[in-house]
Amino acid sequence: MEGSSVLTPPRQELESAVVRFAGDSGDGMQLTGSQFTLATALAGNDLATFPDFPAEIRAPVGTTYGVSAFQINFGARTIRTAGDALDVLVAMNPAALKVNRADVKPGALIIVDSGAFNAKNFAKAHYEADPLADGSLDAYRVLKVDMSSATEKAVEGHGLSKKEALRCKNMWALGLIYWMFGRDRQPTVDWLETKFGKTPELANANIAALNAGHAYGETAELPTGVRTYSVPAAKLPAGLYRNVTGTEALAWGLVAGCELAGLPMTFCSYPITPASQLLHSLAALKSYGVTTFQAEDEIAAACAAIGASYAGSLGVTSSSGPGIALKTEALGLAISVELPLVVVNSQRGGPSTGLPTKTEQSDLFQAVWGRNGDAPLAVLASRSPHDCFEVAIEAVRLATKYMTPVILLTDGYLANAAEPWRIPSFADYAPFPVSFREDPEGFQPFLRDPETLARVWARPGTPGLMHRIGGIEKDYDSGNISYDPANHQRMTDTRADKIAGIARDIPAQTVEQGSEGGRLAVVGWGSTYGPISRAVANLRNAGQDVSHVHLRHIWPLPVNLGELLAGYDKVLVPEMNHGQLVKLLRAEFLLPAQGLSKVSGKPFKIVELETAIRAALEG
Amino acid sequence: MNVVPPPQTVGELKAKDYASDQEVRWCPGCGDYAILKAVQKTCADLALEPEKTVFVSGIGCAARFPYYMSTYGFHTIHGRAPAVATGVKLANPELDVWVIGGDGDMLSIGGNHLLHALRRNVDLKILLFNNEIYGLTKGQYSPTSRIGTRSPSTPGGSLDAPVSATLYALGAGARFVARGVDTQQKQLPEVLKRAHGHKGASFVEVFQNCIVYNDGAFDHFTARDVAEEMQIFVEHGRPLVFGKNRDKGLRVTPGKLALEVVELGAEGPEAAGVLRHDETDQMLATLLAGLQPPLPVAIGVLYCNPGPSYEHQVVGDRPVEPVRGDIDALLRRGHTWTVA
Repeated sequence: MEGSSVLTPPRQELESAVVRFAGDSGDGMQLTGSQFTLATALAGNDLATFPDFPAEIRAPVGTTYGVSAFQINFGARTIRTAGDALDVLVAMNPAALKVNRADVKPGALIIVDSGAFNAKNFAKAHYEADPLADGSLDAYRVLKVDMSSATEKAVEGHGLSKKEALRCKNMWALGLIYWMFGRDRQPTVDWLETKFGKTPELANANIAALNAGHAYGETAELPTGVRTYSVPAAKLPAGLYRNVTGTEALAWGLVAGCELAGLPMTFCSYPITPASQLLHSLAALKSYGVTTFQAEDEIAAACAAIGASYAGSLGVTSSSGPGIALKTEALGLAISVELPLVVVNSQRGGPSTGLPTKTEQSDLFQAVWGRNGDAPLAVLASRSPHDCFEVAIEAVRLATKYMTPVILLTDGYLANAAEPWRIPSFADYAPFPVSFREDPEGFQPFLRDPETLARVWARPGTPGLMHRIGGIEKDYDSGNISYDPANHQRMTDTRADKIAGIARDIPAQTVEQGSEGGRLAVVGWGSTYGPISRAVANLRNAGQDVSHVHLRHIWPLPVNLGELLAGYDKVLVPEMNHGQLVKLLRAEFLLPAQGLSKVSGKPFKIVELETAIRAALEG
Repeated sequence: MNVVPPPQTVGELKAKDYASDQEVRWCPGCGDYAILKAVQKTCADLALEPEKTVFVSGIGCAARFPYYMSTYGFHTIHGRAPAVATGVKLANPELDVWVIGGDGDMLSIGGNHLLHALRRNVDLKILLFNNEIYGLTKGQYSPTSRIGTRSPSTPGGSLDAPVSATLYALGAGARFVARGVDTQQKQLPEVLKRAHGHKGASFVEVFQNCIVYNDGAFDHFTARDVAEEMQIFVEHGRPLVFGKNRDKGLRVTPGKLALEVVELGAEGPEAAGVLRHDETDQMLATLLAGLQPPLPVAIGVLYCNPGPSYEHQVVGDRPVEPVRGDIDALLRRGHTWTVA
């Protein structure tokens, strides 16, 4: 062949594809992934992403524990998870290959930067021999490209040092993947120009690398089996869409909830992985009535939020498991003085420091029961990134209506994962305005609404309502300190009844997929929604009698849940913990539910759930 | 009823107008009674609006204080009152917020929160009642107890060096640091008024006698017969003079960065090299705070050097109002696309 007459085969159409970018934690894999996500969303695919990064900020270069990855599953159909196995792995060094190879489908494509495959990096990744040469990748299609040299060449003339030039390598790889999947480069070009607005030489160099990677795909003679694909747009309901991470949706949901309640928000937090992003997101929303406070510790964050609620704002605090543990005593205070408070827990692997950047659902017991004394509060869980918006609004509604702390459970996966979201219209949400007590006539601080049992909210600054509250038990009728035995029984009962009564104010539990009653219900909560949903759909398509029930309200549980679950022969409860919701359901409903536990720091794979469901149906 | 009618109009206010209807439950003879009276008198003298005044406390004998005031009150959890009060102030900077705690509450379990409330300069009146003992848990030694304090938990005498509340506050960057004595009903309200007038965190250590577990802990400088010789009440711009006959003063030890007592001659304090108190001088405040017997204990406003208060910088001086933000616009920020 001559000149530019390289034969371009037609794009192969795929229903969906899973791509993972993996490299050193300093290689910019998260940025690369989020740019590919944006381009993919703009191309009309449904998608789900899974950023997976180490706790170390810049682990030693080339080591396996420094590998950072970003996975995206995108398709022409509805996408429920970030995908079980990879169609394409981009490995920027031997360590990234080593850590991620096991997730690649046999026969799938592995793209490596051969420029980083050298003796030094083999040693760091503990490879005894060159994995590209020892036959260990024979089951895959492998594209070896010296991205390092290609990038250096592409950015020549932009005045970058060698180190700076190599930092553009991720854009080169992104360019190649854009070519492979026919993505528009312009949004990334725009993003680079904005990001490096003050250093145009860096913007131009990165754009040059992006274009070079793309051009390489177009012009190079590639090995057999390396080709281009098209993934047609998904048939999504009509509307205006955006990509959203769980953290963004949560931040906006809290703001929206406060707007519906007619309250300013005082968000008090202490940095902790993976919850800090929420503080960052809200810190930028001062114009929406949000005050953010980075406290000196977790306890102060919870206490300042309680102080803010006491003064008539909505106090919100946020953390992950270890931080929630520290806030525990303060939560008891908020329960005792009956003030609204929203507590967000972005769960991570535990116990103790555990796995800071890995996802888990092991704080359900902590949320529902983890306090001294009989200390009931409401617990909610969001199921997907965009669902965080709805659940945050519900948390604000319940906290203000019932004068109670509400714990909102998300997890490390939801916090970081992104998906397309059909943007709702705010006018569709019914306001739930808070009314503060202002009338001194007959006032005492623990006067209750006869229906909700919520006490009045009397802000300091209100004439005639001066009163004292505290963590000591209070007299039911006067609110004064009381050590009276019968009164403590009555107050304890009342606090429990108040929270239990929320069950009357939440939707009845519905069945996501399948029938009401049948052979098997798979009951999930939180971020297992995606994989359970897909696994149940697959098995139902295969003719199996299985249904999916997914809980948003963890405490109190929906009033009809016991009856609903009793209609199935079996109940299977998959959880990313050692069996927490399953015990709660067994305790509440004397139900012979079975658990399915996964605590590897990674979400369930669809195939793992399918296997467990089949076993349950056969057993 | 836990609700108190509004007090009389300004000018007729008495200390008792700031007393709630609750029965005070401190031990008879406790120094807290005197401090309560001094605070109530301060409120009356300043004609504070009860509905805009909030007392926040942690846990301990001192922390029962809010129940006895006719204002708003929040009895929180051990050590955390400065954090709760910070939240109150962030939500509504117009409120006049006082924080009450003891030496255990504020310097042991809550030492961290005190540090940060002070360094942030949140506009709070922070009163630390120092009795050098744990009272409510029945007499264990506290972080301000002197070495060798025998207590139920230290039968052989405590080993750990005490912390100085005022030096801690100065080290934390507090911009108002003062001291008072529970029984000094003339001086204490004056110190409290100064604390109230200071915008930002005002820290006041009040030496408070625990009649049950540590009676007489401060007698060596507060007892009637020695007080004038063993205390120096400092006032801005005035010479640092003390003694029954006002015949002693403090001067810088020649050749050293330290204070020493000097007898005044007939020519008066200046001739004797006695310093004038400059409450804006942090170094002088630190030297005064560190004075220990046999040198006189410094009482009064040791340091006052105002700076911008935290909540003012964060939210301004008005209660935070919900902003009618455009939620739809918020949700549509950044890249969006239409599916037809």
